[in-house]
Amino acid sequence: MSGKQFLLDGQPVSFEEGQSILEAARKAGHYIPSLCWHKDFPAHGSCKLCVVKAAGRHVSACATPAREGWEVESNTPEMNGERRGLLQMLFVEGNHFCPSCEKSGNCELQALGYEYEMLTPRFRHFYPERPVDASHPDILLDFNRCIFCELCVRASRDVDGKSVFALTGRGIDKHLVVNAESGRLADTDFSKDDLAAHICPVGVILHKGPGFAVPIGERSYDGASIREKKLREEEAS
Amino acid sequence: MSFELETAAHRDTLRRVAIDPVSRVEGHGKVTLLLDEAGHVKEARLHIVEFRGFEKFIQGRPYWEVPVMVQRLCGICPVSHHLAAAKALDPVVGAIPITATAEKIRRLMHYGQILQSHALHFFHLSSPDLLFGFESPVQQRNIVGVAAAYPEVARQGVLLRKFGQEVIRITAGKRVHGTGAVPGGVNKSLTPEDRALLLADADQMIAWSRDAVHLARRLHETNSALYDEFGLFRSQLFSLVRGDGAMDLYDGHLRLRDARGQIVKDNIPCADYGRHILEEVKSWSYMKFPFMEDQGPFKGWYKVGPLARVQNCDFIPTPLAEVERQDFIAHGEGEPVHAPLAYHWARMIEMLHAAEVIRDLLDDPDLLSANRMAEGQKRREGVGIIEAPRGTLIHHYQVGDDNLVSYCNLIVSTTHNNQAMNEAVRQVARRYLDGRQLTEGLLNHIEVAIRAFDPCLSCATHALGKMPLAVELLDADGSLVDRAVSGA
Repeated sequence: MSGKQFLLDGQPVSFEEGQSILEAARKAGHYIPSLCWHKDFPAHGSCKLCVVKAAGRHVSACATPAREGWEVESNTPEMNGERRGLLQMLFVEGNHFCPSCEKSGNCELQALGYEYEMLTPRFRHFYPERPVDASHPDILLDFNRCIFCELCVRASRDVDGKSVFALTGRGIDKHLVVNAESGRLADTDFSKDDLAAHICPVGVILHKGPGFAVPIGERSYDGASIREKKLREEEAS
Repeated sequence: MSFELETAAHRDTLRRVAIDPVSRVEGHGKVTLLLDEAGHVKEARLHIVEFRGFEKFIQGRPYWEVPVMVQRLCGICPVSHHLAAAKALDPVVGAIPITATAEKIRRLMHYGQILQSHALHFFHLSSPDLLFGFESPVQQRNIVGVAAAYPEVARQGVLLRKFGQEVIRITAGKRVHGTGAVPGGVNKSLTPEDRALLLADADQMIAWSRDAVHLARRLHETNSALYDEFGLFRSQLFSLVRGDGAMDLYDGHLRLRDARGQIVKDNIPCADYGRHILEEVKSWSYMKFPFMEDQGPFKGWYKVGPLARVQNCDFIPTPLAEVERQDFIAHGEGEPVHAPLAYHWARMIEMLHAAEVIRDLLDDPDLLSANRMAEGQKRREGVGIIEAPRGTLIHHYQVGDDNLVSYCNLIVSTTHNNQAMNEAVRQVARRYLDGRQLTEGLLNHIEVAIRAFDPCLSCATHALGKMPLAVELLDADGSLVDRAVSGA
């Protein structure tokens, strides 16, 4: 430990030089939510769920290095309200029908909806038209649920070495595509063993068949909140 | 061509009375009556006014999602849709048959569903009419009124339903909209603790169910003129029965009896339902009208549900319910009982049967086994038929090589009873309303007749693109300016 500290919601948090606010906070047992952040990849800063107020400014905790003496606000009614708003925007931008989604109970977006007490969609639903891609023998892509975290894009490109996925379009028309002339997953070298096949935090990249094999009560977030689960994982790592 | 009182001549000259919405039923429906100047009923229709469309939007979804998605058809009997879909999709994963454990856990879930749904209907929805009278003060005619006047009856009703819901929670994971049945089997077994929890109350549920049968039977015995005649019409009876003719609400083959009780069709495999049943659409309802193809729409309609099942089977394979069935059959004095209000009596016999089945199943060690899933040579099509609380429920799917559903046909219990409910409405309108000053109490007679069938109107309206719809544009004087018709 370098002995450097910042204050997170009034609590001192030690950090090492170059460590982000999010990493330092989680290491110290404080939860800051995220969807696009993954410990094995560089910070992405796109989902904005980790927004905190540092030195009076809104910043992404995953992409902002901690600084000595900073006062950071995270678990406050103001910041949590903003996170709830972001979650509501993510929900209305896609077609998230949790009642029949096999990822229900294992989905980070849904778990964060519960964590931040999202009780209504608040905004008007976009109801985008996003056909599923069931062409691959082992994997189903349900684009309806994509939140553009790009974890699959990064995993496929940086770890699997295949670049199967990409985001295309701009602004409100942005969407996930498959890197094949036909646009079909079956026409790529994607494999169910790729890291990209196991990294989706929501219900886009699904392994065909298991569906609802895990009963209610045994799914990831049935017994513990996403806050508790993520902190436990951090402690175990 | 239409049935008597279905469509009046000179409709625009008649006075219109609407019961909208029909209360204490699941879903939304309305009844319209057209009356002439002297108050004579010229037309009576039960309209189903809500539109759902599951048959269409299930297409293009992965097959393993279907049992969980389609149960959202209903909040009262989701288990029926959940299980019918899982049964239909078992062949898609090659699970022919499923394991003994899977079948017994599904049966337990299903009979829990029968028990809770029948208790809900009898105690919460219908007992106010039956205990207070059809024209009793409307302020009292509800479950709160029953709880005040008959607290023990209301308490037993609530606890019976609760027990059924607990069976569902333990087998499906949640009381409403669980995930227990999956194509090929089930995703959880019972724990010894689960079984002990249910066993603690199982015998009490049998006793209370038996009391409920006797309560329903006494209504017929003490007021036969009303209970055996109200809304009376005769029709064929249709349901699943087990291979040996026993009542079986989870599986079996299809059987049709005529109105006099003779078996007309028997041993129809579930997969062949489409060779026998056709559905007619009418412009004034979102609910289709099924009929036997070889008999045509005017002779080929039938009723389903408890009244059909109790009389269509040869026996009930649990002792207490079988005794009650024999009393019921004896009440018909050699003829099938067709009185709509006898649905309540038959429904309570089934509730008793469900309580007995649950009690027996809980002793079966297979419920605790981990042998939950089967698989084999995959097929691309499956039909699942189950006797839901309200009657025969048919799910039929085709699945493409890409694992997406390419075809879906649902014939829901209440849909089978569409013509039967309209007949009951017309009989009651003719007998009780014709030529009289209409009051709320008199109009409730119509609702009492509909309620006897325990319709689930939200379950029953799923066709898309087949419904003949007419749009008319009228000017300020009521003259027709334009008219567009689709799907006719």
